[in-house]
Amino acid sequence: MTTENRLSGPLPDVAAEAGHTGHPPRVGFFTDTSVCIGCKACEVACKEWNDVPEDGLDLLGMSFDNTGALGANSWRHVAFIEQERPLGEQSPGLAGLPTGPSAIRETTGFVAGELHGSPRGGGELGTSPLERAPEDLGMPSFDLPGATTGAEGRTDFRWLMASDVCKHCTHAGCLDVCPTGALFRTEFGSVVVQQDICNGCGYCVSGCPYGVIDRRPGDGRAQKCTLCYDRLHDGLEPACAKACPTDSIQFGELDELRERAARRVEDLHERGVPEARLYGHDPEDGVGGNGAFFLLLDEPEVYGLPPDPVVPTRELPAMWKYAGMAASALLAAAVAAFGGRRR
Amino acid sequence: MGSNMAEAHPVGFQWVMEAKARGAEVLHIDPRFTRTSALADAHVPLRAGTDIAFLGGVINHILSNDLDFREYVVAYTNASFLVREDYRDTEDLDGLFSGYDEAKAAYDPSTWHYESVAQPEGGGHGKEMSSSYQHGSGGPVLEGGSEEIAADPTLQHPRCVFQILKRHFARYTPEMVEATCGTPKELFQRVCDAWTRNSGRERTAALVYSVGWTQHSVGAQYIRAGSIIQLLLGNIGRPGGGVFALRGHASIQGSTDIPTLFNLLPGYLPMPTPDHTTLAEYLDSVRADKQKGFWRNADAYTVSLLKEYWGDKATADNDFCFGYLPRINGDHGTYRTVMDMVDGKVSGYFLLGQNPAVGSAHGRLQRLGMANLDWLVVRDLTMIESATFWKDSPEIETGEIVPEQCRTEVFFFPAASHVEKEGTFTQTQRMLQWREKAVEPAGDQRSELWFFHHLGRLVRERLAGSADERDRPVLDLAWDHAVHDDEPSAEDVLRRINGQDLTTGQELGGYLELKADGSTSCGCWIYSGVYADGVNQAARRKSRFEQDLYAREWGWVWPLNRRVLYNRASADPQGRPWSERKALVWWDAERGEWTGHDVPDFEKTKPPDHVPPPDAVGPAALRGDDPFIMQSDGKAWLFAPSGLADGPLPTHYEPHESPFRNPFYTQQANPARKVYGRRDNPSHPSPPEAHGEVFPFVFTAARLTEHHTAGGMSRTLPYLSELQPDLFVEVSPELAKLRGLAHLGWAHVVTARAAVEARVFVTDRMAPLRVQDQVVHQVWMPYHWGGSGLVPRDVVNDLFGVVLDPNVFIQESKVATCDVRPGRRPRGAALLALLDEYRARAGITPETGTQVATAHDTEHVEPGHATEDRS
Repeated sequence: MTTENRLSGPLPDVAAEAGHTGHPPRVGFFTDTSVCIGCKACEVACKEWNDVPEDGLDLLGMSFDNTGALGANSWRHVAFIEQERPLGEQSPGLAGLPTGPSAIRETTGFVAGELHGSPRGGGELGTSPLERAPEDLGMPSFDLPGATTGAEGRTDFRWLMASDVCKHCTHAGCLDVCPTGALFRTEFGSVVVQQDICNGCGYCVSGCPYGVIDRRPGDGRAQKCTLCYDRLHDGLEPACAKACPTDSIQFGELDELRERAARRVEDLHERGVPEARLYGHDPEDGVGGNGAFFLLLDEPEVYGLPPDPVVPTRELPAMWKYAGMAASALLAAAVAAFGGRRR
Repeated sequence: MGSNMAEAHPVGFQWVMEAKARGAEVLHIDPRFTRTSALADAHVPLRAGTDIAFLGGVINHILSNDLDFREYVVAYTNASFLVREDYRDTEDLDGLFSGYDEAKAAYDPSTWHYESVAQPEGGGHGKEMSSSYQHGSGGPVLEGGSEEIAADPTLQHPRCVFQILKRHFARYTPEMVEATCGTPKELFQRVCDAWTRNSGRERTAALVYSVGWTQHSVGAQYIRAGSIIQLLLGNIGRPGGGVFALRGHASIQGSTDIPTLFNLLPGYLPMPTPDHTTLAEYLDSVRADKQKGFWRNADAYTVSLLKEYWGDKATADNDFCFGYLPRINGDHGTYRTVMDMVDGKVSGYFLLGQNPAVGSAHGRLQRLGMANLDWLVVRDLTMIESATFWKDSPEIETGEIVPEQCRTEVFFFPAASHVEKEGTFTQTQRMLQWREKAVEPAGDQRSELWFFHHLGRLVRERLAGSADERDRPVLDLAWDHAVHDDEPSAEDVLRRINGQDLTTGQELGGYLELKADGSTSCGCWIYSGVYADGVNQAARRKSRFEQDLYAREWGWVWPLNRRVLYNRASADPQGRPWSERKALVWWDAERGEWTGHDVPDFEKTKPPDHVPPPDAVGPAALRGDDPFIMQSDGKAWLFAPSGLADGPLPTHYEPHESPFRNPFYTQQANPARKVYGRRDNPSHPSPPEAHGEVFPFVFTAARLTEHHTAGGMSRTLPYLSELQPDLFVEVSPELAKLRGLAHLGWAHVVTARAAVEARVFVTDRMAPLRVQDQVVHQVWMPYHWGGSGLVPRDVVNDLFGVVLDPNVFIQESKVATCDVRPGRRPRGAALLALLDEYRARAGITPETGTQVATAHDTEHVEPGHATEDRS
């Protein structure tokens, strides 16, 4: 056992590490986005159960996503991504139609611009669309719409949907930086804010590598998914997983979920969806693996997820080491200086 | 096809995803790329309103390549039956069938009959009575169905159904499909290949449709077309097969089983007409003397229903109070009623869980109709637009309704929601599932059961002592439901729907126990058995993990808990499963009975080789290999010898409003559709009429997951409204460029009825199609919004006019033509001026669109409207 292990890297028993004894197995979410139908039942169930307030009646224009991002008032967020790219062997039905160029670059560019001008700066919006590499862009056509034969028109399309949530990290940046102890590790391995202790300092907001936790406007206290801590106590699964009609959100013991997810990826690969990959499942990643991990159909950036999240505290030992070295060097220099003077 | 299942039926879609996980191929055929397409293996686009052309192409593919499941087709369908010599097909008459009556714009179906059966009564009612709808699931009367029908089992006779089918669909080639639907040939071929490859002995394919199919002027024939394919491929009555009718919302199946429809009694018994002076006359119209199947027992179903309604008062001596039943003498459907409201012929109106000001086609007509009543009762969860139209409808702004002068007195009753009352939901599998009351309704909110029980009680108290004969039906009602604390017991109602043996008081075990002598009562014969053994069978909740795949102990499915209808067809004529893989029910020769995973939908001990005596009728006339036990000839109908108002076979007709000429026939649109030709219900010109280019785009509307139909249950809820906060119009990048529409900017969609503004969504999910060498753009809007709620917006259904399918009187609200312009719409008088200008430019008069038979020169409108309105 070393200090380093507690701040980053794999941690087989995260609840025990936090001092729980005789605790239940670690639980979490496996969100299989390949079967998400974008119904947003998870968002509604979460709000109903946890009494999370409405988050604004704003038409965002980001496909069917009018939630925008995870935040104090949205603990589940379904991202919708329309792209001019194929998905596995799916046929989008555009081949042979009298189409012109795609409008996705224009619409997402417009929306991104709007969001940056929005009151909260748009920076909290996890689904800010990605710019594609310039060589992939079809040149804008000045032909009359439909005048094209189809050969130069758009033919690829995919519509990705994914329900995002707090990751309940093995090494949770929010928890590590919380000065009041409001954030704590539960016996289930999840990370929960105690509203009556939170003083609204906001350190946790910058401590989260995913931009999940957020302070509620007008209240100031930090808010995020609790993995329905109260429901877990009563032997119930979290509200979002309960409401998910297609089992895109699966709740269970983390070890079992990881096995299930690995099988699902293999299965999808065999069925001609080579894009399928897991995200947040790996205990070797920058946060020691997530309690809520995902099956994605492209790079995480496509979904507005950071490609290589790192808990800020991972660098702490190194920082202390550097600080120690610096102090030693300073001391040595001082000793040398004073010693020199003595000489 | 015609279904956005993932969005409109997300809970049911879990089973599609489960099937996909097990290797099923999912194809989504739809005008736009939806959340269903996103999860499908392929999205296949088509022009809204051309589904029969597409399906006809699939039928032609099957027949031209001998891909039908021949043994199934020969044994279980009417493919081999011979049709009369004087039958003429659309192939012969350029888009019309024989028997078309120009004056009535209706068919006399007598020439469509089998060669060897007796003459039917004829189509004397025209469309007003909609006999096909009246007969509901029972199918039309077919006198002689129990006798030997002339047939050619080799399917070679030129007048056998199979050959007629082949000729009828021969011109539905992939090239014609492409030229009509805009679907590229390769994609169409993929559907044909997948469908046929996944059908047969070892495999089955399921077909799902929703209101995208039904809401057309030829909608009933869409479903016929899908059914023909499923029958040709042997996908009916077998596990994994079927035609799934996904309903408009919770328990719409239940509200047709125990109907809220004007022309049906419970269990699809028709409503009597003034001609039926006695029960015997009525029963003669429901069933034939010589027919097969269980409709022959309609006397037992009807008498038991009358016994449930009027209890001890119903006796053999007084015809079981048959005379008390209301009579219908024409179309009293919702749209006709609304026009009658405008014309001042209707004084009162009840709205229960319905918001026609937003949810029905031609919202303006709905609101103007409601503004011309004496009284209106609205029961709903919130103050919906249909309760407040008199003070805040769009017609206030245009001056068409003046609150101070609006004569309608509106009574609003707050309703209990589904969690505040007990009862059943019946879903699309015909499954009844019992709901417990979770919470007490707040304040004055009450259940529908409470409302009607006490309304009936109060009316009866007012009438008590009346000597007027016309009050007898109400006074003699057995209005004695069990009541607890003011609330009628829903379980008692379900028990009475189930029915009882009146000699013992015992609950019946099923409809086979019903008697025509007055010794049984039953509120709905097909539901009999839901309370068998005095147990609420609909409340059963045994987990699917504790029983087999068919989960027979979860809820209860009518009839008699049979999970797959007509499942006798899952076995071959000899009673053996077609394949082990697709075994469902089979004949157990040792025990001498049908057995299997499901409850057999067949007489339990009738052996597969049973041949009935020549004079048998009813169930006794069913052969051992007649799986379609409700049909009067025991067979599934590829060709409908009677019962449909618009032809024995589906035929591609263009929608009432279309930018294109019908490429198949001179006949443009359904020649039997109901058009009204009123100044307040204008139609757009369609070829061969001129000026269709004023409305160049195809318009279609549908739902979003996040909202509920007309919005009464979602637009007032922040958690739902924030997910889809605003009305928008989806356009392709190509149309956006053509019309100068900017993403998230404003646009307005214009028809001759209304202009509706919305935010623009430019999306690659919409794409233009090439139809008859022209590029056509489709425009889509969700229809949930109205003037109330958290985000008040225009009503999308205002864009549609009223034109109806002649079989079921449903409106064509899935396709119309339109124009789209950038910016917000004008308001008040300027709005009316804009609509006037459009109508003038398109040359629209009340006559536009009324020339229903384009091969002829006559116009036709439905009778009974104020003539001054047309002048």
